[in-house]
Order: sequence, then C-alpha cells, then structure tokens
Amino acid sequence: MSCNSDQPDMNRREFLGKSVLAATATVVAPGVMLTVANASEEGASSAVRWGMLIDTNKCADGCTACVDACNKENGIDLMQRPAGQADEMWNAQRPQWVRKVKLRDKQTGEISNLPMMCQHCEHPPCVDVCPTGASFKRADGIVMVDRHTCIGCRYCMMACPYKARSFIHQDVAEQLTGTPRGKGCVESCNLCVGRIDAGNSTTACQDACNKDGHQAILFGDLKNPESAIAKALKAESSHQIRADLELNTGVRYTNI
Amino acid sequence: MNRLTGIRRFAGVLVGGALLLLSTGVISETAVTKGSKAAGLDSCVAPTAVMRRNHMDFLKHDRNMTVRKGIRDTQYSLAECVGCHAEKDNAGAYKPVNAEGQFCSSCHSYVAVNLSCFQCHRKTPEVKSGSGTAMKSDGPFQPESLGLLQSPDQPVLLNRDELARLHATVKGD
Repeated sequence: MSCNSDQPDMNRREFLGKSVLAATATVVAPGVMLTVANASEEGASSAVRWGMLIDTNKCADGCTACVDACNKENGIDLMQRPAGQADEMWNAQRPQWVRKVKLRDKQTGEISNLPMMCQHCEHPPCVDVCPTGASFKRADGIVMVDRHTCIGCRYCMMACPYKARSFIHQDVAEQLTGTPRGKGCVESCNLCVGRIDAGNSTTACQDACNKDGHQAILFGDLKNPESAIAKALKAESSHQIRADLELNTGVRYTNI
Repeated sequence: MNRLTGIRRFAGVLVGGALLLLSTGVISETAVTKGSKAAGLDSCVAPTAVMRRNHMDFLKHDRNMTVRKGIRDTQYSLAECVGCHAEKDNAGAYKPVNAEGQFCSSCHSYVAVNLSCFQCHRKTPEVKSGSGTAMKSDGPFQPESLGLLQSPDQPVLLNRDELARLHATVKGD
C-alpha cells in the first residue's frame, strides 16, 4: 500500500523548515513504517481449521442458552425493533446467528433438538455466489462476511442450504466494538472470531451450554489430532447436515 | 470623498482581518476535543500531519488485514480512534465521535466529506462489557508496570553506576 501520489507531499513542508538530513529521514520513515512495523503478521493460519461437534442427545428441549449467549456476545440484543413493526415481521427479519431446531421423527415420534448455525463449509456456496468477494473463507476455515464490500444483494442467503445468514433491514443505533453492524449487509455466525483471534479457545455458545451443564457443544481445531474435538470425531460417528452436497462442513452433529 | 474612501478602506481592512482570524481559527486550531484521552497525549500513533493526510488510507489498509487475515494488532485501528478521541460529557458518558462538533465530524463537516464508518461501527468506547472479549483491554492502571518511572510514594533511587549500567542495557551495548 502506498499513499496517494496525487496528494501533496507532507514532508515538503518540513523540508523547507528543517535541514536536508532531517527531511530525508522523514521521507524514508513513512515507507518503512507501512511495510515493516505495522503489525505482527500473525493472523489466521491454514494450519488450523476451526470446527464444532454438537451432541444432539445432550441438547435440551426448551433451552436457549446458546442463542441468548450468541445474541449478547455479538450485540444482536442491542437491536431495537423499528417503531410500528409487527411481531411477525420483526421475528422474521431480526438477525439470528444460531437457532434452535426441533426435529420429530414422523414414524417413531422421537424428538431431537439441535442448534443450527453457519456450518463453516470447506466449499461454501455463499462464497461461490458472492458477486463482490465480500463473502469469504479465512485461512483457518471460518466463513464470514466482509461488510466493507458487501452490497446486500442477499445472493448468499439464497445459496446457503442451512438458512444461516441474516440481513440487516434497518438502521442500527448501537453496536459492540467487536461486531460492527449496519443496514444493508448480510451477516452470520463467525465462530466468535474476535475471541479466537484474542487467543481464547471457546465460543460464547459453548461457554453458555457448559455453564448450564449440558456440554452439547464442543469447539476446537479439526486439524490438530490432539484436540478434544478431533479425538471425539475419531471415537464416535458424526454427521454433516446435507452431506449429499459435499460441502465438508466444519460443524458436525452426533446422534441425529 | 477622500474621507469616505478612507472609512471604506478601514472597514475593508477590519472585515478582512476578521475573516483571516476566523479562517486561521478553523485551520490551525486542533480538532482534538478537550475532554478526550487524546488531549493528554503528545501525538497520535503517527505524526499529526501524517495522520491528517493519510488516516483514511491507513484505516482501509488495516481493516483488510483485520477482517480478511485476522491480524488484530495493527498499528491503525478505528476502535482506537474512537477509544482516544471520544469526549466525555458532564455526566461522564461518552459522546459519539461523529456527533456535531466532536473530533471526527468537526473536520469532516468542514471539508464536506461524508463519514460513513459509523453507520456500522460503534461511535463510543465500550464501557466494560461482560462478554466482549474481542478487543484488547487496558486493564486497571498498575504503577509498577511502568518500571522505573517514579511514583510519589516510592521514589526510585539509583546511584551513578547503576544508572550507567541501566542505560547500557537499554541501549543494548
């Protein structure tokens, strides 16, 4: 990256006031600063792939701890219903990163509950269809939206087989620092990316589920054979939802 | 007649002088608001002139690093702009940085450039949230963490030799 060349050189003013030596130092300094000293260059690494294993047997009927924790962590609970909007419309349009799904086997009547969120596919359809490149997959497998380039076309919402994405239909008055949000962009579960980048090893939904004593959600690195999630996946059979689409999801379920 | 032109010329000089005062007032006066953290600092993360000219490029570069690559310790970050430049009102609550007369909006309205960051980004620093762990937290102030800086109750006493050795260590020779 470089500064716009059509702009006047700021250092020229200093050059007039100071010696040639001082001016040279200040000309060199911004370039060095931009290329070298900017950041640690330690970001998302392709050596890890974040994923989740959800035990539907442990997911309790009527419990919404994960949904509530997600809403709090990502500032979704800060959103206000637009004045005069009907309940039905508000419930259909408000963002939802994780939802509780209840399934009933028609034949046996068996009921299973599971939390449903972005499945963080290896081959995400939302990324395939995005016309601007806003929908993308990080090196560590987290699928997310770059709101700076999202134009709000909602093509990704149509492409997603899991109904995982939400569109912001209204102006948003207050956001959290870690989760910007504004009218006209699509968003979805990002596996609490801010936490992960800060070095934490749990998501908000997992913490909430554990706190309530269910321990249905296990989050971790799929590529590390020593991680708890990799061991659990090796030990018992798990399923991808819509495995027929061959998306290789990062979120897996057992006992469904 | 001569007297009249004299008066007119004098009035012209007065008006011109007033305009000059006004304009220099707007241009030269710092936009940093008094009640903000930035008011107590010598300069921003880069020299003021550089920040004035290039802050938009810096932010655009580092936002891509953060969103796309997950690099969160970039030198420039909008969250830190807000953290430093938000001013507190009399009740102790932060004012939005894009409110009229506040740091961001004062310059942006002067140069008539639309400020769209805060359609999505938070306009005030977060006041201690329970769950938001995404951003770096400063934590409580620890005088000990400042190392050799003197505190009023525990002055640091060094003799000449110790000081020389310390300098050598700091300089790396």
